[in-house]
Amino acid sequence: MSPTRVPVVDGWFSSEGGEFRLLGTGCRGCGAVYFPREDVFCRAPGCAGSELAEVPLSRRGRVWSYTDGRYRPPVPYPSGPEGEWRPYTLIAVELAAERMVVLGQGAPGVTVADLAVGMEVEVVPGVLGEEGGRTLTTWHWRPVAGEAS
Amino acid sequence: MTGEVAVLGAGMHPWGKWGRGFVEYGTKAARAALADAGLEWSAIQSVVGANTVRCGYPGQVAGATFARALGWQGARVTSVYAACASGARAIDTARAQILAGMADTVLVVGSDAAPKGFFAPAGGERPDDPDWLRFRVLGATNPAYFALWARRRMAMYGDTAEDFARVKVKNAAAGAANPYARYRSPVTAEEVAASPVVADPLRLLDICATSDGAAALVLGSMETARRLGVSRPVRIRAVSSVSPSHPRTALDLPDIATDSAPPGSPASDPFRPSIARAAYEEAGLGPEDLSLAEVYDLSTALELEWYEDLGLCEPGEGAKLLREGATALGGRIPVNPSGGLASFGEAVPAQAIAQVCELTQQLRGQAGERQVAGASAGITVNQGLFGHGSSVVAVR
Ligand SMILES: [Zn+2]
Repeated sequence: MSPTRVPVVDGWFSSEGGEFRLLGTGCRGCGAVYFPREDVFCRAPGCAGSELAEVPLSRRGRVWSYTDGRYRPPVPYPSGPEGEWRPYTLIAVELAAERMVVLGQGAPGVTVADLAVGMEVEVVPGVLGEEGGRTLTTWHWRPVAGEAS
Repeated sequence: MTGEVAVLGAGMHPWGKWGRGFVEYGTKAARAALADAGLEWSAIQSVVGANTVRCGYPGQVAGATFARALGWQGARVTSVYAACASGARAIDTARAQILAGMADTVLVVGSDAAPKGFFAPAGGERPDDPDWLRFRVLGATNPAYFALWARRRMAMYGDTAEDFARVKVKNAAAGAANPYARYRSPVTAEEVAASPVVADPLRLLDICATSDGAAALVLGSMETARRLGVSRPVRIRAVSSVSPSHPRTALDLPDIATDSAPPGSPASDPFRPSIARAAYEEAGLGPEDLSLAEVYDLSTALELEWYEDLGLCEPGEGAKLLREGATALGGRIPVNPSGGLASFGEAVPAQAIAQVCELTQQLRGQAGERQVAGASAGITVNQGLFGHGSSVVAVR
């Protein structure tokens, strides 16, 4: 039996309707968008809004910067001392519509050599790791076809 | 200008990995600062401790912890936490007490016994904590954020890995002349290039270590300095503390994302330059008046960012300023003549206080081999997690 798949955090992304999207919230008062989601109060200083609705974020954006992790990070990263350890790429992406920079891991196989600041990338579903017999799912950034060098 | 306070004494415990407790380090630094001030502990009216994070009380009640270690004598006690900016917040609290007339003599202490390797969040399952989330969801360590900024500098300004290595070479040369520094050997560009990549493009020698260490200051009113016969004290003329403006569009620790910026919205004031600008305004001076600067070189690339944020050069020209030798000892505006975090490592609640200890030594002309000739004004700058930034201006 394959392990249960659970999102590493609830409510941050979804494949509902067949299309994988990051989920933020938007303030009905001023239009500010939040990721990770802000569900109680709008954080814009001039806005007293407290009605925030879930909004899917732009699927695409451009690379703001990128790096990788060559050493195993500490807990709570789901990679215990005995667990499998793979270096990962980290990509900060400026979303097309929201002009918000969102950090995420690169899709498997994407290394820093494949990336450049300004390159177009898209969000795709991915796996963060295994923990306690469960598969933790997450989002990944992947260069849009034709953009990879 | 809000008024000046005098630095009556400065003291440190050498940085390193000593394997002992932060109370011991802090108490030694405090005793050194008291001796430097020529004051008995009993003459101190207030103690402000910069908190270190410990699961349990002692780190969170640093003021009382140091007051107890030095011997209960009835002083007012305060503890502050602002991550990397804790030490500057402690100095600011002490200054406010002095300027408000609540105390004439205040002891400020910051001390830490750091963990090995990456800084990690406190334990437990805490999905409402951005610092916990970035480790949990992304494995985004502190060096990862330093590397994002370094890579962006390369893309925007053409900085190179060799430029970053030059910062380490410069700071290691200065640190070799500082008896309180942990690393006291010169480092070559080849050694930086041969060290392993931690987070591309940064290598092990581009990133500051975690260390044990402590620093302390005795601050007093100008009237107290006169009464003690100190004719020309080092004076703290400004302590800024600013927070970012919404929308914050620069990705920084510990956040996973920035704020959104709706189309057509005006650009918000960038955070880092606002830290020093507030201090300049309060001090009534500008970058052209500085003799030296102590900046948080958590990574080599970040030091270049600070040159620009302090107004020592235009945005994008940090590496040029470095290559010209302007920021080295003997240059036009030496930066990190102490050796910086490159030579000390991070002892979080102590380092912003240690920066002011260095300004004090430099402004008094007591910095020995690393003395900046004729130093008359200096600035420090630091940034802590969660929107804290502070800058201190001292003059003599
Ligand atoms: Zn709003």
